[in-house]
Amino acid sequence: MDLIAHLAQVESLTAIGIGLIIGLGALGACIGIGIMGSKFLEAAARQPELMPLLQGRMFLLAGLIDAAFLIGVALAMYFAVGNPLATAITNAAQAAAGH
Amino acid sequence: MASEPGGFTEYIQHHLTFLKPHASPDGFWAVHLDSISVSLALGVIFCLWFWLKARKATAGVPSKGQAFVELVLEFVDGQVKDVFHGDRRVLGPLALTVFVWVFLMNFMDLLPVDLIPWIASRFGLGHFRAVPTADLNMTFAMSITVLALMIFYSFKAKGFGGYMHELFTAPFGKNPLLWIPNFALNIVELLSKPVSLAMRLFGNMYAGELVFILIAGLFSAGGVALYGLGLIGYTVWGIFHILIISIQAFIFMVLTVVYIAMAHEHH
Repeated sequence: MDLIAHLAQVESLTAIGIGLIIGLGALGACIGIGIMGSKFLEAAARQPELMPLLQGRMFLLAGLIDAAFLIGVALAMYFAVGNPLATAITNAAQAAAGH
Repeated sequence: MASEPGGFTEYIQHHLTFLKPHASPDGFWAVHLDSISVSLALGVIFCLWFWLKARKATAGVPSKGQAFVELVLEFVDGQVKDVFHGDRRVLGPLALTVFVWVFLMNFMDLLPVDLIPWIASRFGLGHFRAVPTADLNMTFAMSITVLALMIFYSFKAKGFGGYMHELFTAPFGKNPLLWIPNFALNIVELLSKPVSLAMRLFGNMYAGELVFILIAGLFSAGGVALYGLGLIGYTVWGIFHILIISIQAFIFMVLTVVYIAMAHEHH
């Protein structure tokens, strides 16, 4: 019973953590992409002849901005699928059962 | 396939397990046969494809295949030309190889997640992960190779003395008291490049693969509505993912070129 309570605590806190990782990451990435997109449109409106050059740079930066968020998503998914933090508790429970 | 015993979690775990030979140890020294074989096969395909088109190239009206290869080549060469102002005979082909190879490896993400594991299971292989760039070993292998090239070109462009002088006197100055902080900062800067390069590609591909797996779980969740939702979600994410895999291959290529061009520059 004690084990289940501990596990539930770890799982629930992990769920909140996953939400925070994905939510805050998405927030940051969206603000970044939004600022970059608006600046790109401004620049393109001011100097349309620079558009092909700026477009390449914009996609490069979009990937760079997105990357940190997607690394966060990957980590969050990893925690959601196989929770490494819970293994410490199950290991301790197994050790206790072994005694 | 998610209706196997163990359910959805088991299904995801199954898709995240690499194919390892029985003799291979777990952990750091594990050999991932699937990543190695898929990446090697794609590398051979890339080389044969471009070699064949280059051999049959004509100065007259080009075939569609030749036009495509020329398009890729000129795109990559233009990117290299923008960043690196020197002899492009090594860096150009390197950038082309990195771009097309990483793109092809990322492209494996667009194949249905169950297709290649299913084909592999016909041949008796229990696990098979088809996307080599969703394997940390693969991305770090590439980025550490880039690190080695950076160090090599630093030595080549500046000489041993010049490079050592730069490592110990940039960015703060020549005072012997500052040699150790300078060197420590330069080492951190040098090592952070391959780590960020590898983690960026890995994170994107791993997250993409996991989202595909999660959506694929809807197919066997039961009910026509969920199945339809899965189909729509898979299509939408797939179309969005075309953008991501191209951008990530592009970024890996551009950063490789930028880092090696930086190694050529004198401070």
